[in-house]
Amino acid sequence: MAATEAPQARSATLRHSSRPCARLCARLRRLVAAVRRALTEGFARRAGVRAERQATAQVFGLVGGLLMGSGASAIELPEDRGDAMYHLYDGGGVEAQGPALLVRKSIADKVSLSASYYVDMVSNASIDVVTTASPYKETRNEYGVGADYVYRNARMSLSGSSSKEPDYQADAVNVDVAQEVFGGMTTVNLGFTRASDEVGKKDSPEFSETASHWRYRVGVTQILTPRWLASVNIEAISDDGYLGSPYRSALVYGASVPERVPSTRSSRAVKLRTLGEVGSYGVAFADYRYYWDTWGIRAHTMGVGFSRYFGDNLLADAYLRYHTQGAALFYSDNASTETVYISRNRQLSTFSSIGPSVKVSYRARQVPGSYEIRLNGAYEFLSFSFDDFTDVRTGTPYSYTAHVLQLFVTAKF
Amino acid sequence: MKALALCSLRSLALLAALAPAAGCSIQPWVKPYERERLADPIMTLSRDPLSDKHREHVYEVREGARGAAGVQGGGCGCN
Repeated sequence: MAATEAPQARSATLRHSSRPCARLCARLRRLVAAVRRALTEGFARRAGVRAERQATAQVFGLVGGLLMGSGASAIELPEDRGDAMYHLYDGGGVEAQGPALLVRKSIADKVSLSASYYVDMVSNASIDVVTTASPYKETRNEYGVGADYVYRNARMSLSGSSSKEPDYQADAVNVDVAQEVFGGMTTVNLGFTRASDEVGKKDSPEFSETASHWRYRVGVTQILTPRWLASVNIEAISDDGYLGSPYRSALVYGASVPERVPSTRSSRAVKLRTLGEVGSYGVAFADYRYYWDTWGIRAHTMGVGFSRYFGDNLLADAYLRYHTQGAALFYSDNASTETVYISRNRQLSTFSSIGPSVKVSYRARQVPGSYEIRLNGAYEFLSFSFDDFTDVRTGTPYSYTAHVLQLFVTAKF
Repeated sequence: MKALALCSLRSLALLAALAPAAGCSIQPWVKPYERERLADPIMTLSRDPLSDKHREHVYEVREGARGAAGVQGGGCGCN
């Protein structure tokens, strides 16, 4: 997010701050020479006083300008860029694919505007669907706009998104602030999202529900050494409204009943990340997230990866992600008692997933100071293993694998 | 018991008074001119926002956990 762009901003600050320093030194040298000349050449007393006054004013002006300049360019806007991506998820009977676009352009080095478009064309024949309903196809379109504004050491962001599919509408507004402190070594982020959903049901126009979401986030990114970064992010999410699925069924004594889930949910997540240079061209990174919520889910997500350059134009990443979680309190594969809440949503069950992935980025063209075009490809192989979700077709614990593919072009200008 | 509580309060007040002084003694130890390596794209925690958003969406709709990813999601009732 915003904090991740801090290093580039800091480097740019270094480049910017060196110019005012050079100008200051040159002007001070000229100033000293002028005063010395005025004194030694025997100017009239009045002229000398005038020169002194001018010198004093110049010194105050220079110091003031330097102070203002150093504050104004401490944090920078996100870089101008355009991304065009094709994405594919294929696994467990679900295929979701489509294009995605992102354009970001700054205006007068103060405001950066962004717009995005994202399409999910879903063909769903997952185990839930084939065992309780009929396969279906649908398309989800998501539009997003945003504006970032920089003032001294702070960057403020306001963005919104709207996602629509035949039976679900989701709208969100995000506000984020990033502040550089401690000589630019620390970036503090605060953010808030307010989202609201309208839930419908296909072929049931009388079904209409709503859900509201509040997300509060705080993060700190810290430079530890010239080659080592770390960050911590905390997010609290509250949901209120219809949080289940009108299509999903649960099993009680082997009989199918509509899913019943609580109408509120509160969750907390803490994520730690670190990234450091190993050797001359390689960077190692690792992350860990602990998650807990009022539905009783506890989850651990961790990953390790390595990035390195091959020549000047090729950048490659390898990453291994592992996720494990416990089930929600009201989750049951096949309940043997009647309870207020009951769900057989495997997303809420006890399971683990592992996903090795690779990503390559090739710089196809670069005109220094003008633009750069990169061709990128990423692939992840995901494997899910469920402990307490039975495949009713075979009577064994369910598992499946999935392929995640991204092909995209990035232009920076 | 009351004396113990008073003592604890005094200790806390002393710590609170000393904390800013301790904080002032720590100076930024990585100077701006030492951050050149950190400016390389390889040293960023998230290089491609669109790619990261898609991956987080893939995880969020299939796992029970969400949040603190450092990426803004969107849509599908799972923003």
